[in-house]
Amino acid sequence: MPRIAAFVSQRLIKAVFVVLAIAVFNFFLVHAAPGDPAQVMAGEAGAADAQFVEQLRQQFGLDRPMIEQLGTYMGKVVQGDLGFSYRQQRPVFDLLMDRLPVTLSLTLTAFVLALIGGVALGTLAAMRAGTWSDTAITVVGLTAYATPIFWIGLMLILLFSVNLGWLPAFGTETIGAGYTGWEAFLDRVKHLVLPVTTLALFYMAVYTRLTRASILEVRDMDFVKTARAKGLPEWRIVSVHVLRNAILPVITVAGFQAGHLIGGSILIETVFALPGIGRLAFEAVLQRDYQVLLGIFLLTSVVVVIFNLLTDLIYSLVDPRIEVAP
Amino acid sequence: MSNRLRCFRQSLTAAALAAMLAIPGAAMAQERGGTMNIIVQPEPPILVLGINQQGPTQTVAGKIYQGLLTFDFNLKPQPELAESWEVSPDGKVYTFRLVKNAKWHDGKPFTAHDVVFSTSKFLMETHPRARATFSKCEKIEALDDHTVQFTLKEPFGPFLQAFEVSSAPMMPKHIYEGTDFKTAPANATPIGTGPFKFKEWVKGSYIHLVRNDEYWKAGKPYLDDIYFRVIPDAASRSVAVEQGTVQQTQFNDIETFDVPRLKALPNVEMTTKGYEFFAPLSWIEINTRTKPLDDKRFRQAMMHALDRKFIRDKIWFGLGRPATGPVNSVTRFYEGNVRKYDYDPKKAEALLDEMGLKKGADGNRAKVRLLVMPYGETWTRLGEYVKQAMKRVGVDVTLETTDAAGWVNRVSNWDYDLTFNFVYQYGDPALGVSRTYVSDNIRKGVMFSNTMGYANPEVDRLFAQAAQTNKDEERQQLYSAAQKILVEDVPVAWLLEMEFPTFIDKRFKNAVTTAIGVNESYDSVYMVKK
Repeated sequence: MPRIAAFVSQRLIKAVFVVLAIAVFNFFLVHAAPGDPAQVMAGEAGAADAQFVEQLRQQFGLDRPMIEQLGTYMGKVVQGDLGFSYRQQRPVFDLLMDRLPVTLSLTLTAFVLALIGGVALGTLAAMRAGTWSDTAITVVGLTAYATPIFWIGLMLILLFSVNLGWLPAFGTETIGAGYTGWEAFLDRVKHLVLPVTTLALFYMAVYTRLTRASILEVRDMDFVKTARAKGLPEWRIVSVHVLRNAILPVITVAGFQAGHLIGGSILIETVFALPGIGRLAFEAVLQRDYQVLLGIFLLTSVVVVIFNLLTDLIYSLVDPRIEVAP
Repeated sequence: MSNRLRCFRQSLTAAALAAMLAIPGAAMAQERGGTMNIIVQPEPPILVLGINQQGPTQTVAGKIYQGLLTFDFNLKPQPELAESWEVSPDGKVYTFRLVKNAKWHDGKPFTAHDVVFSTSKFLMETHPRARATFSKCEKIEALDDHTVQFTLKEPFGPFLQAFEVSSAPMMPKHIYEGTDFKTAPANATPIGTGPFKFKEWVKGSYIHLVRNDEYWKAGKPYLDDIYFRVIPDAASRSVAVEQGTVQQTQFNDIETFDVPRLKALPNVEMTTKGYEFFAPLSWIEINTRTKPLDDKRFRQAMMHALDRKFIRDKIWFGLGRPATGPVNSVTRFYEGNVRKYDYDPKKAEALLDEMGLKKGADGNRAKVRLLVMPYGETWTRLGEYVKQAMKRVGVDVTLETTDAAGWVNRVSNWDYDLTFNFVYQYGDPALGVSRTYVSDNIRKGVMFSNTMGYANPEVDRLFAQAAQTNKDEERQQLYSAAQKILVEDVPVAWLLEMEFPTFIDKRFKNAVTTAIGVNESYDSVYMVKK
């Protein structure tokens, strides 16, 4: 245990420097794009004069030297202040906290469903390789993976919302319904069904293919043959001997994807009109809302660093041959 | 009694009965109640109309804030917060008498002092269009609590047009005086005099306005609530109309290729009225600083090479009219008697030949870049058409793409050959036309200025003189002369007098009643209950 504690603490210290370096890099990255928020707002207004653009530049602090802007930004970051969005007239932290629940309820639910479903289907396909069920899972998985996600979303809306009228198509709640308590919860769940299904289908296809391929590699190894020779039941062979050894690539990909959950899914949030972080990021790019973009990038980088660390720890738990070393 | 007479009396009785039934029925039709869901796209950054005048902001905040005047479909001023007005014979003094019972949403009375504060302080700092207009005033004063007088340094023909709600929204003095207008905490909870009050804004999702029970027009508004729904994807917006989730879309909410499908829906009606005040005109903006675009024969050739009827019918699906020049035909002082550029590739080729631009081995005479405007699929399709049409006369067009910020950056800094643009005209050439063509508005870094670099001293003189008189006949002559020169010079290649489709659920009545259409206050909109 002390070894793991030392590993974790050292990785966390390194992570602080990594995140700060990323923040500096992000700062220059967002400023490298052509145009600035003052120009965008002047363009949107449909009329502008030099005074208007200059006023906005002063308000956004864009009239100051780049290095001074960086110093101001980093000074705030180390104090935990993500800045202020002049476009949205709100602190960036508040904006992120407003959007985070929507994104997490979408991405986490889709992620968990996809992981469980993908591993189960991948295992089934691998254990029945060459049969009709393997073919069916493979065909459906490849189709879900290859089809553009926004198209699947729109088709689900047309089928379940427009034609059948079973599920709502947009937003996170029935606006103006005034639901409370259990009714409000159910209403929100109903609104999540289509976007979560759309997103989960894509991820599930990835995990299914990965699990299937990995199990096919492991299932004929000597230790599996030994287990069979010992007369162990098939379910135990699969769950304890095969799956545990085949799961590492899935954990690697899942850890990588979990780090990006916070960024949301721009396409899903756009098609289903969900006010999540993904859409906030996309709009911030278009509007050159530097502070919001930097805030989202910083939050994402922190989460990616944390999930990388967690992935390493899970490796050692699943496979004792892998040791963590400071 | 003859049968004929009995018949007549029975008919009279039946008519009277029908009238008795119909009158209460008509009154019932406008009774209170109902919720309207309207698309708003993109989401406005802020709802304070004095600070931000983007299209979506105008649509939402036009229900919260009001101007002194509004305009009918023929652009004639109509009373709003001003119940009457007078103009002095020399055209320099405008006196407005305000309604006496208007109140701000916080209950404070609306007075002439608010008008003076709005026009001489607030908007002068925050609103470029208002600043351009009210800087022409020598004096703005409240004669009493309900009379305000504007004295101009010299006559300015379109002065009344400047009092439309988005051009000069009235802002509450008691809330903003002494604050930094752009960052005032009050901006989070807009206070106006309009029929709807701000209730809630769930960013990224919806904006909720509720009925103003203290509204100054007795018995109005009729609707209880308006929700403005943010649905960022164009295909999803069309589905929302089909599904009945929203009851109104406007401006560019619906892609043109979806218009025929939605138009056929039984529960929805479409109108293109209500945009007369804005009168958007689209064109290909031409950087006249670069060769061969600096030669007007090349620009004239472009006009002949492009089939604007095809553009209207196949790309805009029948919406709009081919433009004949710089002034939209619904804007005041339009001149139709100008040089005509019919679709004629042969004429285009003859002009290019005359310039000495001969076709090379690859069939090309010249190469130009076209920066496609990043505001939807329709403009991309237009870019593809222009490339093909110009190729036919031997001009190789390279399409360039960027996002909105990149587009504004490049166009305002003159880093383009050709691009698309469309501009609102605000009812009068002095407000929305001259700014594109006059040479003192060539300003690097400023969007919607004369980014083409076009300069013609005679055009400058005509526009300046026309703005400085309030005699319509004189103004018409001056603007007609300016239009004739501009159409000859082709500083931009005009495409369409644009029409926007407004889709409205048939249960909602009176949505489009003036030249500012969906940006109106909606105090007369009502829902027919089944």
